[in-house]
Amino acid sequence: MKHIKTLNQANLKKSAAKGGCGECQASCQSACKTSCTVANQKCEK
Amino acid sequence: MIHKYTLNGFNIVIDVNSGGIHIVDNVTYELLDYVAPPLADMLPENIAAKLSVRYSQKELKEAYAEILELAQEGVLFSEDDYEKFADMMVSAPIKSLCLHVAHDCNLRCKYCFASTGDFGHGRKLLDEATGKKAIDFLLEHSQGRRNLELDFFGGEPLMNMDVVKSVVSYARSKEKEYNKNFRFTITTNGVLLNDEITEYINSEMSNIVLSIDGRPEVNDRMRPAVNGKGSYEVILPKFKSLVQKRGEGQYYVRGTFTKYNLDFADDVIHLYEQGFDQISVEPVVTDPAKDYALTEQDLPKIYAEYERLAKYIIERKKNEESINFFHFMLDLDQGPCAIKRLRGCGCGNEYVAVTPDGDIYPCHQFVGMEEWKMGSVYDGSINTKMKDDFAKANVYSKRDCKDCWAKFYCSGGCNANNLQYAGDIRNSHKLACDLEKKRLECAIMIKAALA
Repeated sequence: MKHIKTLNQANLKKSAAKGGCGECQASCQSACKTSCTVANQKCEK
Repeated sequence: MIHKYTLNGFNIVIDVNSGGIHIVDNVTYELLDYVAPPLADMLPENIAAKLSVRYSQKELKEAYAEILELAQEGVLFSEDDYEKFADMMVSAPIKSLCLHVAHDCNLRCKYCFASTGDFGHGRKLLDEATGKKAIDFLLEHSQGRRNLELDFFGGEPLMNMDVVKSVVSYARSKEKEYNKNFRFTITTNGVLLNDEITEYINSEMSNIVLSIDGRPEVNDRMRPAVNGKGSYEVILPKFKSLVQKRGEGQYYVRGTFTKYNLDFADDVIHLYEQGFDQISVEPVVTDPAKDYALTEQDLPKIYAEYERLAKYIIERKKNEESINFFHFMLDLDQGPCAIKRLRGCGCGNEYVAVTPDGDIYPCHQFVGMEEWKMGSVYDGSINTKMKDDFAKANVYSKRDCKDCWAKFYCSGGCNANNLQYAGDIRNSHKLACDLEKKRLECAIMIKAALA
């Protein structure tokens, strides 16, 4: 494309279909403890 | 829904529901002010007329064709069809525990949400029997989950190291029988670190959070010892030694910034220059009446500071240096699934805190609020009504989140902050939202700059 550059290939909708296994880390267990940030957590699959 | 913004010379468009991130030129950026679904096959003439002063017909038609193509691919103007998943959300197994091994501390940090360690209920240490009960509780309530997380928290957990070791050893002894994988983490101020403890936690903990605020004067102003002296000189060499010995293991040096250091990028840079490359420096969360509290008036300065930090990180990374700022971490391709993103931290549902008395609270920040006590590891009780309520606290049941572009990144924010500063776990804490959105914009811009 000439006018638009897409940075990622992911589509959240596909992840919804197979998601929800619940094995990934609770976000507060990483570093924050005061501020919820979820999108930086890793998927376990 | 899309969200678009310009930062550091990049026009960035986020397609909220697919997670698609697009960098666009000026003509496309302006076109998107006028375009909304359902999209026509050709650029509508009235829109072309509005922009024809600045752009040629050819440019406008080309840009529109690309917008249309992405929309047809489902990565621009995609539909929000996740609410059906939110409706299905029910109580989950408890798989994550914040274990308060010490309601006592050897520092007197002025912003401490735990009332300098005792959570307002007296200084005490968790005993071994209660620690083991907490592990039993977790094993019994985590059916269906293999990965279990246990964070040793306080107060200061190193004040009760023997119990930490006993709990780790007890949990490990149960892993095989229950088919579980324990991941231990610890959050420490570092004062009691020595070679023996460093070696132990480096070998047993999957992540270590080392509390330090940054520059010596910044750290010492807010993190004095009981005798009032600053802690920087005591902890810095210990943290350096731990990280050096840790090798590739996960850790964060983790600070808090307040109104006293709105130039907090300099604290991140200071920590980096001390040899730490995994850094988290986070906004203080406190009563707005405190003189160090962050307020809405501070936002322009904080925003500018996040931008300055983002540019600093871009330069370091372009120079192939290793630096990771926790709040700018974002994996645009391999991040958590959409289901995980609907309800965030999981507190009170799959994540709970246990106190030295064996009491269970939705998370560490609720500890000490009697009305939020939800059970005890001694009798295995858990308030299922309260648990169900937390399970249903998702981005669709939170009024301000439903139509927010950041909902799949922050996932509804911190329920404890919402309760304390906005009156209900479902009311958004606006200051926290504003900061989160700015950090996300910076994090995505960094991706654009390094792409």
